[in-house]
Amino acid sequence: MKKRMQVLSSLLLAVAMLAGCGSTAGESTQNAAETTVQSEDVATADESAAVDVSALKVGVIYIGDENEGYTEAHMKGIDEMMASLGLNEDQVVEKTNIPEDESCYDAAVDLADQGCGIIFATSFGHESYLLQAAAEYPEVDFYHATGYQAASSGMANVHNYFTAIYEARYVSGIVAGMKLNEMIDNGTITEDQAKVGYVGAFPYAEVVSGYTSFYLGAKSVCPSVTMEVQYTNSWADMSAEAEVAKQLIADDCVLISQHADTTGAPSSCEEMGVPCVGYNVDMTSVAPDAALTSAANNWGVYYTQTVTNFVNGVVNPVDWAEGYSVGAVYVTDLNKATVAEGTADAAAKAEAALADGSLHVFDTTTFTVEGKSIEDLIAEGGDYAKYADYVSDGYFHESTVISAPAFDLRIDGITEK
Amino acid sequence: MNHNTVTNKEPLIRMVKRGHIGKKRAWTIRGIAMLISLMVCALVIVGITGQNPLQVYAGIIDGAVGSNRRIWVTIRETFALLIVAVGLVPAFQMHFWNIGAEGQILMGGVASAAMMIYLGDALPNWLLIVLILVVSSLAGLLWGLLPALFKAHMNTNETLFTLMLNYVAMQITTFAIVFWENPAGSNTVGIINSATQKGWFPRVLGSNYGLNVLLVLAITAAVSIYMKYSKQGYEIKVVGESQNTARYAAINVKWVIVRTMMISGAICGLAGAIIVSGASHTISTSTAGGRGFTAIIVAWMSKFNPIAMLAISGFLVFMQQGSIQIASQFGLNENASDIITGILLFFMIGSEFFLKYRLEFKHRKENAK
Repeated sequence: MKKRMQVLSSLLLAVAMLAGCGSTAGESTQNAAETTVQSEDVATADESAAVDVSALKVGVIYIGDENEGYTEAHMKGIDEMMASLGLNEDQVVEKTNIPEDESCYDAAVDLADQGCGIIFATSFGHESYLLQAAAEYPEVDFYHATGYQAASSGMANVHNYFTAIYEARYVSGIVAGMKLNEMIDNGTITEDQAKVGYVGAFPYAEVVSGYTSFYLGAKSVCPSVTMEVQYTNSWADMSAEAEVAKQLIADDCVLISQHADTTGAPSSCEEMGVPCVGYNVDMTSVAPDAALTSAANNWGVYYTQTVTNFVNGVVNPVDWAEGYSVGAVYVTDLNKATVAEGTADAAAKAEAALADGSLHVFDTTTFTVEGKSIEDLIAEGGDYAKYADYVSDGYFHESTVISAPAFDLRIDGITEK
Repeated sequence: MNHNTVTNKEPLIRMVKRGHIGKKRAWTIRGIAMLISLMVCALVIVGITGQNPLQVYAGIIDGAVGSNRRIWVTIRETFALLIVAVGLVPAFQMHFWNIGAEGQILMGGVASAAMMIYLGDALPNWLLIVLILVVSSLAGLLWGLLPALFKAHMNTNETLFTLMLNYVAMQITTFAIVFWENPAGSNTVGIINSATQKGWFPRVLGSNYGLNVLLVLAITAAVSIYMKYSKQGYEIKVVGESQNTARYAAINVKWVIVRTMMISGAICGLAGAIIVSGASHTISTSTAGGRGFTAIIVAWMSKFNPIAMLAISGFLVFMQQGSIQIASQFGLNENASDIITGILLFFMIGSEFFLKYRLEFKHRKENAK
């Protein structure tokens, strides 16, 4: 008796569920059919009018998501572009957490299939997969941040872009140098103890260019400064960054900066009471008593300009790298609780000079390599001859030959570990 | 009705082991589990996003099979998962807990990348591909052989051994990436032979991934025949059931363990070649991508039935690909896919419990009715 009831009730339950879900399943397939039809409509409309804003579709491939500073900055830029062009949500297809492997190719061709006329990808390792997709879709425009192969690929639909972030790093270096001067004046450290620690991601030109510009900024106000660089070998590894920052502090560094994407280093600095300069995002929330400022990108400038050009039928540059002159880089609001007196004025002065072109970050009179100027080394030939294309008029022309950073000289005053 | 006397001592719910359960009944229970899991997923989605769950499911279907290309990506991923599961079957039938498929895949992947890089210009493409398949199988075989030798001769714990070899394989892969990285400092190998396409699987059946499918189908068929009809396959099952019985039947247990793990490892190594030469054309630490672990679920849930393995691989990949679509469509994070897959697996594995046991409620309740 009992058993029969159990069977009966379970059967009843099953029937009820089957009935309930049978109809939902039917609806869902119907729904799927409808959505595909709609997306096909969009695709055909898109082909017929590539310059019609209302039919435009933009695809974006992100390495991370909104929880990670680098990607968050790109997302903000895309939002700014959407707002200024009046695009709606359906016109921008964003793919997050796309790793640097064949998933990037899958994502790129999928975006192209969906009718995106213009596709951005944000991470260095995406480039070869983007090129693979670009070869298959010559009518779609592809834009790759931080890459270097667009010009040499021979494909008209591939572009590289990167901000002149080294300019903002230079300014953040000035902020750091002012802080060092304050510490020297207070007697906390001597001039010789003005040693900065730098948490780097990889020993790659992008990082070398970044830390050199930061160092040159600091040196422009605090001539005795030296710097030690240590690498984490990851773009975003919070515990490694925190650990490296502590090692640097143990190595007598009195100020920390970083080219890595997390808040690991500022957290350590807050704990150890050492001032720090961040990257991408304002670090004052995690290090209210340590963070000075952060060098940051404003990608919205590029995204807005590029999509606007695309809509207007204007050909976009193959390589794009701009800084203060168009507002593509900035330093986050100075932390009034930590920065030295007069910092705001010094930073503003440098920003203006960088914007109008009167100040060059990699001025060859401000640094030496193995005790010699870079001009002399180029004249001597050998390994340094390859820099001849970059150096003229008394400065190293960063990000002009290609948009990706190219400055990978190890200058005097900086040691790598 | 003498049990009325003990009512208050009994627990509220008791598990009772079922005897035999009919096929129809079993599949009904599985079907119910799947439906409940879809409903729970829907609840979670509504809870998180406030979106209509039907639209979300439509998005999943669209993402997995919404275009010709998406169908092929789903097929490619399904068969990559299937071959790993197939590779695990001989070892699991022997009750050898090979959880080192991840490492065996990586070793196969590193071997094929090495072949593509160093022999790309030296050999004709067909010969290179044959060589890639052979060498990557050997690499996987070696990674399977190591724990088997230790298990057979020193009775080491194969679960720990194979698991730890995963980490060794991961380190070897990281080293290879640094060694081959292109461009220097980028920490990635990039697409290997992107200009010449040397060592890439040729187009078969009108698709870049046709050869992947054919290879995996061939291996799957071969392994099922081997397990079902060959003497060696029978030996594996006997060793799995009871090593003493096997010894009594004059089966060389040590040799069976070693031989079976060589086969298992070789197939997983071959999977590495199919992933590297047949799909990604690069090597990275995400080449295995957790397939070695997901395949364990696939193999077990399907009870080593090849058709069921194909169906379950297909289902998991379908949901995975679908959730990539809903992630971009509804602004969900990619982790939404993990949540959905987790819920599905929970119910699917949970349903196996109800196939073996049924629940009995406290008798008092029964009387009240």
